[in-house]
Amino acid sequence: MTKRKFGLALSMVLAAGTILGACGAAEEETPEGTTGDTTGGETEESKFSVAMVTDIGGVDDKSFNQSAWEGIEKFGEDNGLEKGDGGYDYLQSKSDADYNTNLNKLVRRDFDLVFGIGFLMEDAVNTIASQQTDAQLAIIDAVVDQPNVASVLFKEQEGSYLAGVAAALMTKSKKIGFVGGMEIPVIERFEAGFLAGVAAVDPSIVVDVQYTGAFDKAELGKTTANRMYSSGVDIIFHAAGGTGNGVFSEAKELKTKDPDAYVWVIGVDSDQYEEGKVGDTNITLTSMLKRVDIAVQNLSNLAMEGNFPGGETTVYGLVEEGVGLADSRGAIPEDVLAQIDEYAKKIVDGEVVVPETVE
Amino acid sequence: MSNRIVNILVPVISVILGLLVGAIVMLVSGYNPIEGYAALWNGIFGDIYSIGETIRQITPYILAGLAVAFAFRSGLFNIGVEGQLIVGWFAAAYVGIAFELPKMIHLPLAILAAAAAGALWGFIPGLLKAKFKVHEVIVTIMMNYIALHTSNALVRAVSDGDANTGSIHQTASLSSRFLENMTDFSRLHFGILIALAMVLLMWLILEKTTLGFELKAVGLNQHASEYAGMNVNKNIILAMVISGVFAGLAGAMEALGTFGFVSVKGGFTGIGFDGIAVALLGASTPLGVIFGATLFGSLKYGATNMPNAADIPEEIVSIIIAIIIFFVASGYVIRLFVERLGKKKEAK
Repeated sequence: MTKRKFGLALSMVLAAGTILGACGAAEEETPEGTTGDTTGGETEESKFSVAMVTDIGGVDDKSFNQSAWEGIEKFGEDNGLEKGDGGYDYLQSKSDADYNTNLNKLVRRDFDLVFGIGFLMEDAVNTIASQQTDAQLAIIDAVVDQPNVASVLFKEQEGSYLAGVAAALMTKSKKIGFVGGMEIPVIERFEAGFLAGVAAVDPSIVVDVQYTGAFDKAELGKTTANRMYSSGVDIIFHAAGGTGNGVFSEAKELKTKDPDAYVWVIGVDSDQYEEGKVGDTNITLTSMLKRVDIAVQNLSNLAMEGNFPGGETTVYGLVEEGVGLADSRGAIPEDVLAQIDEYAKKIVDGEVVVPETVE
Repeated sequence: MSNRIVNILVPVISVILGLLVGAIVMLVSGYNPIEGYAALWNGIFGDIYSIGETIRQITPYILAGLAVAFAFRSGLFNIGVEGQLIVGWFAAAYVGIAFELPKMIHLPLAILAAAAAGALWGFIPGLLKAKFKVHEVIVTIMMNYIALHTSNALVRAVSDGDANTGSIHQTASLSSRFLENMTDFSRLHFGILIALAMVLLMWLILEKTTLGFELKAVGLNQHASEYAGMNVNKNIILAMVISGVFAGLAGAMEALGTFGFVSVKGGFTGIGFDGIAVALLGASTPLGVIFGATLFGSLKYGATNMPNAADIPEEIVSIIIAIIIFFVASGYVIRLFVERLGKKKEAK
C-alpha cells in the first residue's frame, strides 16, 4: 500500500514538474517574442483600451453618463476596438459604495485608461489613484490632484447662460423653472449661468429654482414639474440627469391633453430632442449640450498617443465648443436664434463673464 | 428522516433551487448561467481583494441584522434601522472630523458617538410606544426620513454648503494599512471585529442576563410579563435603545471604515432595510444573523462582478439575487415538503 501511494505521489510531483516547467518556458518565450519584433504580430495586445464607471444615474440616463459612454463607444469604433476586455467597457454603480470597487475592477482588468464619470466619484478616484499608481485615471466634473489622474471640467455656466437667454426670449408667462439634481458645485454652475442668462434679457422674469436632491428619481422630477407648470411656468430647464426624465414626461402629458399648451423643456448634457416627442410635435425647446463625449474622446486619443495629461485639468467652455445649445429643429425662430448667437459671441469675446455661483 | 438531516437539507435545497431558477432566468434572457455563476463566485472568493471587499460588505449587514433581531426578540419591529444607521454615520464622521485627539481616545469616542446617536433615534419610537402606544413601525419609518434629511442638512452645515464633509482624521479611522495591504487595497477594516464582538454581546445579553430574560419574556407575551411583575414599558424603551445602538454602530462602520466621510445622500443606503431580511434569515438569533449577513453581503457584493465579468445586465442580476434570497427565506415550504417526503417513505 505504502509503496503504491509513494509511487502515486512521485508521479504527481513529476507531472506537476513538467507542467510547471512548460509554464516557465512559455513565460520566457513571450517577452522575447514581443521584444524581437515590435511592429509585426501582437497587434491585439498593443491596442489601447478604455473603460468608464458611471455614477448611480446609470449608462442609459439619457444625459451625462450616456454622453460619456457614447464618447467611449465612438473612440472604440474609430480604433477598431470591441466591447469587453482589451477594448472598451463600462461598469454601472448602484450606490456610492460601488465607486471604489468598480474603478478598481476596471483597473485590474488592465484597461489603459479608466474614467470616473461625475463629481460624486472624486474621493473614489483619488483613493484608487494613490493605490494603483501605475494606472491612468480620469475624472469628469471634479479635480483630483494626483500625477496619474487627468481632470476635466466644463464651464456649464456658459452653456446655461445661453439656455437662460433662449428661455427668457421664448417665455410668454414671464415665469421660468429650473429643476436641479443635487446641490453640488457642478449643478450650481448650471443654475448660476441660467439665472444670469435670464436676467441679461429681462430682469423682471421670475425663475422658480427647485432642487430634487437626487439624479435618479424621475418621479420627483415629474411632481416638481407638475407644480411648476400649474403655477404658470411655461419653460423648464432641468439639470438633474435621470430625474429630469420626469420633467419630460410631465410636459409630454400636458401636451398630449392639450395640443395647444405652451409648455417647453430645455434638455441637458445630450441633445434630448428624442425625449420630447409627442406625436408629430416636440416639447424640447433646445438642449444645453455638455460634450462629455468629446472630452472623453479627446482624452482617450491623447492617452493613446502617449500624451496622457496626468495631473492636469482641462476646461471645456464655449470657446472650446465643450458646451453650447443643441439644434432646436425649428422650435426657436430664426430671429431669436440670431439674438442668442450675439450673446454667445459676447462670451467668446470675453465681453461677458458668466458667474460660477449664484449671488 | 432524522431532524438533523432535515435541518441541513433544507438550506442546501433552497440555495440549489434558487440557483436553478436564477439559471433559468439567465437562459431565458439569453445569457450563459455557468458564466454568470462563475462570475458571482469569483466576485465573492475570486481573489484576496474580493474576499476583503466581501467581508467589508458583510460588516454593516451583521450590525443592521443584530439591530432588527434584537428588537424582534422583544416583540418590536424596528423598521428604523436605516435612519438609526444614518444618524450614527453622521455622528461618527462628525466626531472624526471635528476633534483632534490621540487614537486611543478618538476612535472609541467616534464609535460611542455613533452608538449614542443610534440609541437616541431608537429611544424616541421606544418612548412613544411605551407611553402612548404609538405603533413603532409607523414612528420608525417616519424617523428614517427625518434622519436622512437632517443628516443631509447637517452635512451641508458642517462643510459650508458642500455635499461632502471631507475625510476624517486618521486617528478616528478603522481602516488599517495592514489589512489593506494584506487584501491588495480592498477597503477591509477593523470594523468586522466590532461587529463580531456585538454578536457576542447580544448573545450575552439575551442568554445570560436578567435583562435579556425580561426582554424575551416581553417579546413572547407582554401581559404575562406584566403579571409576573416586569416593567414592560421600561423593557420596550430599552429594547429600542439597544437596537438603535447596534444600528448606529453599523453607521460607524461606514463612516470610520468604508468611506471615511459622510456625504449628502440622494436616498436611503438600503443596508437598514436589508437588515430586516438578514435578521429573519437568521431566525433573529445572534449566530443566525452572522449567516444571514454573510449570505446577503456576499451575494450583494459578488453580484457586482456579474456585469463586470459575464456581461449580464444589472437588472437581471438583481432578479437573480432576489430569487436566491427568496428561496432561502422560504425554507419553511421546503421543510414541509422534505418532511412529507420522509413520512411517505416511512409509510411504505
